Amino acid sequence: MRALEALVVQNLSVAYDKKRVLENANLIVPKGHLAAIIGPNGAGKSTFLKAVLNQLPNKVGEVEILGKAFSPKSLVVGYVPQRNAVDWDFPTTAFDVVLMGRYGSRGLMKRPTKHDKQLAMQALTSVGMEDYADRSIGQLSGGQQQRVFLARALAQNAEVYFLDEPFAGVDAATEKTIIDILKNLKAQGKSIFVVHHDLQTVKEYFDYTILLNKTILAAGKTEEVFTAEKLQQTYGGNLFMMQAL
Amino acid sequence: MLSGNLLWVLMGTMLLGIAAGITGTFSFLQKQSLVGDAAAHAALPGIALAFLITGQKELPILMIGAALTSALSVYCIQWIVTYSKLKADAAIGLVLAVFFGIGIVLLTIVNRSPLGNQSGLNDFIFGKAATMTKADLTWLFISAAIIIIVSLLLYKEWKLMIFDPVYAKGIGLPIEALKACLTALIVMTIVTGIQAVGVILMSALLIIPAASAKLWTRRLSTMLIFSGITGGIAGLAGTFISSLRTGLSTGPIIVLFAATIFFISYLFSPKAGQLSKYIRKMKFRKQEKLS
Repeated sequence: MRALEALVVQNLSVAYDKKRVLENANLIVPKGHLAAIIGPNGAGKSTFLKAVLNQLPNKVGEVEILGKAFSPKSLVVGYVPQRNAVDWDFPTTAFDVVLMGRYGSRGLMKRPTKHDKQLAMQALTSVGMEDYADRSIGQLSGGQQQRVFLARALAQNAEVYFLDEPFAGVDAATEKTIIDILKNLKAQGKSIFVVHHDLQTVKEYFDYTILLNKTILAAGKTEEVFTAEKLQQTYGGNLFMMQAL
Repeated sequence: MLSGNLLWVLMGTMLLGIAAGITGTFSFLQKQSLVGDAAAHAALPGIALAFLITGQKELPILMIGAALTSALSVYCIQWIVTYSKLKADAAIGLVLAVFFGIGIVLLTIVNRSPLGNQSGLNDFIFGKAATMTKADLTWLFISAAIIIIVSLLLYKEWKLMIFDPVYAKGIGLPIEALKACLTALIVMTIVTGIQAVGVILMSALLIIPAASAKLWTRRLSTMLIFSGITGGIAGLAGTFISSLRTGLSTGPIIVLFAATIFFISYLFSPKAGQLSKYIRKMKFRKQEKLS
């Protein structure tokens, strides 16, 4: 029955230098949701994502994606890192970055095929960046860079997507483009997890919400979880964005 | 005018320049250029030690010694960065100076020993391509060919690993193995080049062609080709000139040639050159005045 779940996390803990960043996180998310991961700064959202994606050596606990322990080889997971995670001065074009999304299906030392290039171009077109294919990535604006990253994950044709703050530093038009693509993915039955900061838009964008602060505090349908009481518990003290509700 | 042997030496240093241009581009983009500098300096104690232990000056023996201390220096830098609070620049400076200092001490001991006078080890400091024998050149050809072929095979993987290591790991690339392979190839380039270019200036052959190429293109594939050609020309021209007037070391001339290409790129490259920047500025001002 586990295969019906997009993500199952059991007793996940992570420590950096003795300091525990994530403690005993438990989570079960069914397939086919567009889920927001929200919580205050330093709550461990990015750490949670990296631990789920098996990027951290010092973690304990179990993670299953679509009923299987995480394995990069399966390629069912598409990851969109934070924009500042890479060197944008690197000599490469937008198309080349999207084509990297096909590397995983190619294997070591093999050149991308014509089919790979078609898929990459389709992905680039679907984020509205086809005219920028030959542009060097350093010349793109922040929003365009974010769309290229998203296109790379799309080219991978994954089943479960993880995005780390895709809306940070992008303009309203790009935010609209990205959220439309994510909603479209959800309509295709894919599962999407987004680390998100803007509480104002949670209800509008996401049908599922995960509240995180050192551990998973609550998770479920947005209308059930995104409540004043639970947010207060997550953010602590005086929550000033009550009007968001 | 070109003797048979000189022709082979010229081809050898050209191939070396191409190999260094290619691996140098990857290390340049990885922001590891200075690690290459330390690794090159660290080849000196290895050469002296290999000679002191075996009493022989056959190139393969000296190359093994150079490779060992060179790789050890890279490992020391990584160890310091991981396990101390020191940043990479301090670690590189420290390791470079210590290894090179030990190298000079050992070289002095070699020179004082009865065999050492004619050993010719001093030529490894600034390089002397003209002293290369047929056997030396065979080694150079083989290792330069390996370097170039492996770089082309791993082009796609290194590109992704350097651009976005987190994503690369996420799709299952063996990041640690790829990194180690790149480091090994850079050490191999250094060891291949020290006889012709010398330990002090070898890193310039890794850095300058890559830096020049970066000014001409925004594509990695073109950058690698340009960098390889620049390195090849510098190796060829530098060796040729130093062979005309005896007494000139090869390394400095090769580096001066590469630097000339860099300077030309800096001034005249259509994308990042100073001249085209000036022209664009003038055009913009003219338009502003008209409107």
